[in-house]
Amino acid sequence: MNQALLDQRVRDNRRMLVKLSVVALAMFGFGFALVPLYEKICQALGVNTLIAPDRAYANTQVDLTRSVTIELDANAHDLAWRFRPMLRHLTVHPGELAQVEYEIVNVRETPVTAQAIPSYGPQNAGQYLRKLECFCFTQQTLAAGETRRMPVVFQIDPALPKDVNTITLSYTFFEVAGASKE
Amino acid sequence: MSAVLDNHGHGHGRVHDPHDHHGGYGGIMRWVTTTNHKDIGTLYLWFSLIMFMVGGVMALVIRAELFQPGLQIVNPDFFNQMTTMHGLIMVFGAIMPAFVGFANWQIPMMIGAPDMAFARMNNWSFWILPFAASLLILSFFMPGGAPGVGWTLYAPLTVQMGIGMDLTIFAIHLLGMSSIMGSINILTTILNMRAPGMTLMRMPMFVWTWLITAYLLVAVMPVLAGAVTMTLTDRHFGTTFFNAAGGGDPVLYQHIFWFFGHPEVYIIALPAFGVVSQVIPAFSRKPLFGYASMVSATTGIAVLSFIVWAHHMYTVGMPVTGQLFFMYATMLIAVPTGVKVFNWVATMWHGSLTFETPMLFALGFLFLFTLGGFTGLVLSLVPVDIQLHDTYYVVAHFHYVMVAGALFAAFAGVYFWLPKWIGRMYDETLGKWHFWLTMIFFNVTFFVQHFAGLAGMPRRIPDYPLMFETWNRISSIGAFGFGFSQLLFLYVVLKAIRSGEKAPERPWEGADSIDWTLLPTPAPYHTFETPPVIEEAP
Repeated sequence: MNQALLDQRVRDNRRMLVKLSVVALAMFGFGFALVPLYEKICQALGVNTLIAPDRAYANTQVDLTRSVTIELDANAHDLAWRFRPMLRHLTVHPGELAQVEYEIVNVRETPVTAQAIPSYGPQNAGQYLRKLECFCFTQQTLAAGETRRMPVVFQIDPALPKDVNTITLSYTFFEVAGASKE
Repeated sequence: MSAVLDNHGHGHGRVHDPHDHHGGYGGIMRWVTTTNHKDIGTLYLWFSLIMFMVGGVMALVIRAELFQPGLQIVNPDFFNQMTTMHGLIMVFGAIMPAFVGFANWQIPMMIGAPDMAFARMNNWSFWILPFAASLLILSFFMPGGAPGVGWTLYAPLTVQMGIGMDLTIFAIHLLGMSSIMGSINILTTILNMRAPGMTLMRMPMFVWTWLITAYLLVAVMPVLAGAVTMTLTDRHFGTTFFNAAGGGDPVLYQHIFWFFGHPEVYIIALPAFGVVSQVIPAFSRKPLFGYASMVSATTGIAVLSFIVWAHHMYTVGMPVTGQLFFMYATMLIAVPTGVKVFNWVATMWHGSLTFETPMLFALGFLFLFTLGGFTGLVLSLVPVDIQLHDTYYVVAHFHYVMVAGALFAAFAGVYFWLPKWIGRMYDETLGKWHFWLTMIFFNVTFFVQHFAGLAGMPRRIPDYPLMFETWNRISSIGAFGFGFSQLLFLYVVLKAIRSGEKAPERPWEGADSIDWTLLPTPAPYHTFETPPVIEEAP
């Protein structure tokens, strides 16, 4: 190979070296450019889950298409307590959280311990009435003459059969034997 | 070590000073300062073999621990360091340098060039590697040890690692620079320095695959450098690329990494395809079937490899549309790959076949790489991958394509070209032993890992429930067999160099690229100083 061709080759090689080095540097920059590029492209395509603005939460748990009437009943069976719900009935949507209050008065002159037991009408509705907080979870001890207001927090399971529109929740207080001082 | 016998083909009776041939230096300095593509190829190959052994020992630590359920040998932290470094060393220290070694030795000889375009940069490309490897090994001795984050170096775990992580990042920077410089060299050599008459469509397929691979490397290695640089700045300079608290996203790391990572696996596979495309025609005594379609298929694979990266990320929470796009694109890659497999088989069809060791490894590649490709196709399906992601099914898949694919092709290349390089034949009987032991133990090790993965065994775990015991026990036995079989390879190579039978000029009668037809065996230190004129297609 003569010298002129060799020199041309050296020049050609150098040109390629420069071009490819530029490509390499450009791709290095491209790697960094991916950071804003992803942000823009994900925004444009609407797949930006991290930076998406908060949207109002849609409640998917409450079934707004139906209403259920809850009727409340209270008995103090053979127990010298006055026991009544503050509401006689209320209307809720299945899935909606509801709270009702009951008032208990111990009219005796001694402390009394009693336990409330629920019952439901219709009978199978009980499995759909989910209580989160209830005085019936524990025994209640009232001092002589004490008055107490206690809540029941509950939610109707949306799986409640469609043909049930009214549920009766009935509490009966039973004295716990041997617990009261005589 | 002298890899080249004293045979220059100069044809004149000059008395040669032994120092004359190797740039004026002897001994160690010859190797430190060489700008000769053959010497540098030799350096890459030995480096690769050493790193293969190092990475192999790490694999055996892994398989020893996994031999039985329960933690017996290493603690989980060190186990994670083993899995991470095994991956990094094998990918960047063993398999990639091996094929660069082949490129250095073969490309100039196959295109009629006297050397690589940038001979001194070539030297630097190699000598960066031992430094990079030292940094990787050094990380084990740092407080906290080597990073135990997986070879894919995902954030945010990497941001929390000790100083071993920084050493690894610097090692990757160095490895990347070496690859990029090497690729620029290869591209310039192939595009500018072909002998007259050596048109692009007359080049051996091995050269074509390296041409395309070099483009891939220049395009994606810098992106990896970017990803690990971002990790470095997140670690030390207050950036929050991958930290959601600062407006960043760990998934961003995965996107950037796999934009590099997927082309990377084709960077490993394409030169392997190239070797196989040299070996199979030689031992079929028939030209490669469908040369033009091989070129197109390789190009197609390379182009497609840029748009499939997120198939490594199906489970990050991508919208279904994204998953589907990547799934279809990934399945598409099977088409040009299938064309290549078909063409290799068609090459053998009605060929006059003999089954020397290079051909055995090429055939092993053909069968097992195809199997690996099938499991890749299985994994490309989104609903399947949701189950199999990060299980041993994936581990089995990539070991089939990387080991039974790329490594087998590398073995084929060594056995095929060793006579050209050293002028001696390897021991054919021992070579066949190496092949069969490797073949059998490879499958014992990795086939059962498909079952473990399908049964639900996650990857990168040091301990597992009893239900996976059988597969792990079998796999570990296979792994030790596989590992020890590679010592046989080392012996075969050393024995050939020391006392191999002198090779004939054309040891493989079916090999017809110009390195075989126009050059003596062994190839002289300097070849094609005057370019040959290529009259007709080889």
